[in-house]
Amino acid sequence: MVDRRADGLVGEAFELDVERGKVREFARSVHAADRAFYEGDRPIAPPTFLTTAFHWELDVDGAAIWERVAMSHERGMHAEQEYVFHGPPPAAGDGLIARSRIESMYEKEGRRGGALTFVVMVTEYRNAGGELVAEARMTGVETAKPPTEEG
Amino acid sequence: MGVRFEDLTVGAAPAKLTIGPVSRTDIVRYQGASGDMNPVHHDEPFAQGAGFAAPLGVGMYPAGVMHAWLAGWVGPEHVRRCRTRWRAAYFPGDTLSFEGRVTALTATDGGGECEIEATCTNQAGAVTMQGWLTARWGEPGL
Repeated sequence: MVDRRADGLVGEAFELDVERGKVREFARSVHAADRAFYEGDRPIAPPTFLTTAFHWELDVDGAAIWERVAMSHERGMHAEQEYVFHGPPPAAGDGLIARSRIESMYEKEGRRGGALTFVVMVTEYRNAGGELVAEARMTGVETAKPPTEEG
Repeated sequence: MGVRFEDLTVGAAPAKLTIGPVSRTDIVRYQGASGDMNPVHHDEPFAQGAGFAAPLGVGMYPAGVMHAWLAGWVGPEHVRRCRTRWRAAYFPGDTLSFEGRVTALTATDGGGECEIEATCTNQAGAVTMQGWLTARWGEPGL
């Protein structure tokens, strides 16, 4: 059950080092064919690579604020995900500083009745100079019933 | 190297991509790489307890496949935005097909911007996921 008190929450900052081996592992896991994801000293990260923030945020107290939303594992779903890059996407060797915030929470009526609760979390990624280089926007939805019953 | 902006037209499309049948190994490999270890995607008793017949596929896996495939077409360094919306679950054993096309082109000084729409369809013809990607050419420093 979504905890409304998490609305507006801002997390602690966490580091995300874009590493060559991790870029390669992730690229392989999504069957990426382009050699730019594998070759050279600084291969470019695939577009959805910043999802690997899971590996970093969990080691910093107060960084992984999505947990505070307390969305049900059984009735919660990932509805939408967006990444925005203010320049070329990150590449191996980049050191990023990230911070997440719960941007909004809202309800809609489901197609078969029952409230749907949407939660939007934005994570900003800055380089060592403090410039905003990327943003991740995740929208989660919790159904009142198991998702298989929702048209 | 991807396509050149000046060679793109509205309606232009990358070669269709098909993956699968998706295996449990594909899903476990993706989950390990991403760090999202939600058990509903690999733990049979947990998934059944949550009301699913079997572990359902993790949505970010085909999202990652779609956008890496589109990025390979335009050149990964040109990607400026990618978005995914999930429409339906998929399961191990499903075959997923990805199709996309250019929907808008905007020329700018020394380059341009391209909007692409894409879908992921299962073997029954149902759209399980939609995606959008923006690529940009000719920014200072590129």
